[in-house]
Amino acid sequence: MIINIARKELKSLFASPMGWVVLALLQFVFGTFFLIGMDQYFQTMSGMIRPEERLGVTQFVGQNVFSIASFVMLFAVPLLSMRLISDERRQQTLTFLFSAPLSLTDIVVGKFLGLVSFLSIVLLFMGAMLMSLGLWSEIDYGYILANILGLWLLVASFSALGIYVSSLTHQPVVAGIITFVLLFALLILDRFFAGDPSSTINYLSLMRHFEAFSRGLLDTRDLVYFFLFIVTFLTLTVRRLDADRLRG
Amino acid sequence: MTDIITVEATDLTRIYGGREAVSHVSFSLKKGEVLGFLGPNGAGKSTTMKMLTGNLAPSTGTVKICGIDMLENPKEAKALIGFLPEQPPLYRELTVNEFLTIAARLHRVSSGHIKAAVERAKERCGLTEMGKRLIENLSKGYQQRVGIAQAIIHNPMVVILDEPTVGLDPIQIRDIRALIKELGGEHSVILSTHILPEVEMVCDHVQIIHKGQLVFNGSIDVLKQQRKGNRLLLGLGQAPAQEQLLQITGVERVESLDNGLLRIHHTAGQSPAQRLVEAAVAGQWGMYQISPDQTTLEEVFVQLTFQEAA
Repeated sequence: MIINIARKELKSLFASPMGWVVLALLQFVFGTFFLIGMDQYFQTMSGMIRPEERLGVTQFVGQNVFSIASFVMLFAVPLLSMRLISDERRQQTLTFLFSAPLSLTDIVVGKFLGLVSFLSIVLLFMGAMLMSLGLWSEIDYGYILANILGLWLLVASFSALGIYVSSLTHQPVVAGIITFVLLFALLILDRFFAGDPSSTINYLSLMRHFEAFSRGLLDTRDLVYFFLFIVTFLTLTVRRLDADRLRG
Repeated sequence: MTDIITVEATDLTRIYGGREAVSHVSFSLKKGEVLGFLGPNGAGKSTTMKMLTGNLAPSTGTVKICGIDMLENPKEAKALIGFLPEQPPLYRELTVNEFLTIAARLHRVSSGHIKAAVERAKERCGLTEMGKRLIENLSKGYQQRVGIAQAIIHNPMVVILDEPTVGLDPIQIRDIRALIKELGGEHSVILSTHILPEVEMVCDHVQIIHKGQLVFNGSIDVLKQQRKGNRLLLGLGQAPAQEQLLQITGVERVESLDNGLLRIHHTAGQSPAQRLVEAAVAGQWGMYQISPDQTTLEEVFVQLTFQEAA
């Protein structure tokens, strides 16, 4: 049942130009940064004479692409997530889902998975692009995979928050803006409290947890953080929809 | 007809901000029956329907679909219902075929039967030629039909339609009414409407709801009976004094109307028509018209909803 909802979401994304346009633009941006990274690599590295100053091609190009990816996703995910529930509410199609033999959890998780699988397509292309470096050079696959995994968890968290905000309102645009502001705040939270590295608030920053992945480091604490983040917001969404049913 | 109870609502109450939108509504529906839900705007029809389909939780009371409690086993109960809300829930960016396929899938039609189910639903709702069109581009009437098609696609035990004929042209209305009658054969149907003749045409049972309360619940025949009333309309050229009319057995009250006719109220079950005609001939009253005075269904409706308000 969850799968059917996810399929429906994917179908809706690709039935309108929205899905294709976002997919194309993201690929264009990442492709451009990939190319720029390659260019700069040769320029920079030809200037470095001492071997210890040299950086691997994976890390050099990878950093270029992945740092821009987390930033671009900050805009892309709210655009995609804002319609998920608010639009259904506005078009009164939520009744269609509520009347079907589905639990609220099925609906919310299905929508979440639909969006995440769409974003996975983007990440898949990005991964394939970086792996293509392996055709002519020895590259660090672990580094790429860790980054992709981190980015995947990051966009999944973005999506979970986006769905929750979308369930709060009837207006997709409002949902989009609020999601963007919240995500932005969560990302730069650690900048505000940079002076006190042990601060708990600091620990809530999404970026802080993503950074470990971007260095190629897999830390179970970060995995758990993202997992909890997603579960929390999906649960809140289910609660919000249940309140609809109870309070109408 | 088998006496399987498909819908059982007990003591349904829904409170919105301290006001009872629906209060203590109870009824049951048997398999194969068509129930018409009547009421003025804002009477609580849609709220009741939302509670029946599990879109809204009742403040108190229970809903059972074929014996399955909607609150305890919502998934199982919902699988037996097809619902068309007031505003047909349609994904406008999809084609009719795509949308109906999704509807079938979500309503647990097994994957081997989805194609056949979609074809059958389209055929029943007259959408066969529209399969590849985008729902967005369909006229209001066709969109309404797609809404009905998604409600019956999984062959549910109970079909609940909230104002199904709104926005349709007269021919489509006739088709949809025929469809509802046909559905009534194998399913139970609940429909709400403003259009009274529609109720008379397709429903076996009628419920009139007013200010959240059931003011009438019975078979359509009872309503029709009420409609006939115990009255005659009499047209006389030279009308005698009212006392003379009152002496005829069965006549209880005489009322003269603006258009020169007399309205005779008589005792239930004994129409004095024969005696009136005889007296008219004997007394040379110049009778030119005698007919049963039928109140329209509208009047019955107004009476029922008005009484309660008074």
